[in-house]
Amino acid sequence: MLSNFDFSVITSALPYLFLDGMRFTLTLTALAAFGGIVLGTLIAMMRLSSLPVIPLVAKGYVNLMRSLPLVLVIFWFYFLVPYLGQWVTGADRPMSVGAFTSSLVTFTLFEAAYFSEIMRAGIQSIPKGQAAAASALGLTYFASMRSVILPQVFRNMTPILLTQTIVLFQDTSLVYVLSITDFLGAASKIAQRDGRLVEMYLFAAVVYFAVCFVASMAVRHLQKKIAIIR
Amino acid sequence: MNYNWNWGIFFEASPEGTGTYADMLLSGLLWTVVTALCAWVIAFFLGSLIGVMRTLPSKPANAIGTAYVELFRNIPLLVQMFLWYFVLPEVLPESWGGWIKQLPNAPFYTAVVCLGFFTASRVAEQVRAGIQALPRGQKNAGTAMGLTVSQTYRYVLLPNAYRMILPPLTSEFLNNLKNTSVALTIGLLELTARARAMQEFSFQVFEAFTAATILYVLINIVVIFTSGWIERRVAVPGHR
Repeated sequence: MLSNFDFSVITSALPYLFLDGMRFTLTLTALAAFGGIVLGTLIAMMRLSSLPVIPLVAKGYVNLMRSLPLVLVIFWFYFLVPYLGQWVTGADRPMSVGAFTSSLVTFTLFEAAYFSEIMRAGIQSIPKGQAAAASALGLTYFASMRSVILPQVFRNMTPILLTQTIVLFQDTSLVYVLSITDFLGAASKIAQRDGRLVEMYLFAAVVYFAVCFVASMAVRHLQKKIAIIR
Repeated sequence: MNYNWNWGIFFEASPEGTGTYADMLLSGLLWTVVTALCAWVIAFFLGSLIGVMRTLPSKPANAIGTAYVELFRNIPLLVQMFLWYFVLPEVLPESWGGWIKQLPNAPFYTAVVCLGFFTASRVAEQVRAGIQALPRGQKNAGTAMGLTVSQTYRYVLLPNAYRMILPPLTSEFLNNLKNTSVALTIGLLELTARARAMQEFSFQVFEAFTAATILYVLINIVVIFTSGWIERRVAVPGHR
């Protein structure tokens, strides 16, 4: 029952929860969002290009990632990244890869599929005449992407990209399956050590709720502010 | 790559003594599908109810609907899973908590309820969007014909809204299906958990995960085809 709810369990764990746990979660979220958006933009450009094969490869990648549960993808890369590292560096044994690197690679590659769908919608929503006008002005494909199309796409899509980043923030809690000390991992370790599951999990829920609720309010506010009236 | 491939592993007996590794993965697939379907029943009905509440002219109904959606959308699924599984039995009156803890298949029931309530918040958003996308005249026409509010929803608004939101509902169903894998953390023996167990028993990591990947892709394809079939079946003739 809640009558023996013990706040001191939470207060004494605060430094560990936030300085170790939340710092890991936020770093992972920020880096994976950045990497995911960059890679996602490239995948979206590949998917919309008129080259042979490339759009199919991009489409296959996105559809594959989107049909797999994140937990399975986390396991996949946890075992695959050492071999990939070996292949890239040409070492003679699988590379030992830390938990952080492994989860960063996983989340970047996984979220890139979702970010690429957002960027694709964004690029497609720019009138075709703009790309035509840019090429009539003598801009190359990359120059027109860089200075004409993408700046508008980022502006239009910022709220959706940020919303997806909030989803990513929640998803990072799944690194729990690799026993990593992210925010939830830290809460869970204290919970098991002290036998205080009720306090720690409720506190984790409250913190996640507060962060995500405030962030999504901010996104909604931003959306109103930057919306271009057409 | 110095990795010993062994694709024959699927036909070897698993150390659990109940069949081959292939049987083990297939039983995981079955749990995944059953959990997803049961959770979807809760998600669909509860989500529709909450979604409708958010479109009603009543302030309290709106507030409850909004609070529900915000609460379930802003807490990670894994945390919700822990709350249902570890916290709920402790905060309930002792006799109820004890009853929950003694349930056989507790991870299964917990996963179904947790996923159902979680997915309901997503379904609610789609239902609300569907209803709000209908021309305002439809509701007014329903009222003008003397239908009560519930009759207007039952016979006019919902049948149209559901048809319109079938594609996003399909992707919510697929999310729900993939989310069952989160329940491995509370001990549900679904497909990802079984692939992981196979990897631990046999050390054939990539065979186990490849098989799980193929099975997930296959169910996705089945779901997408089924939903396309439903969409054609329920389409209003001559509409669009």
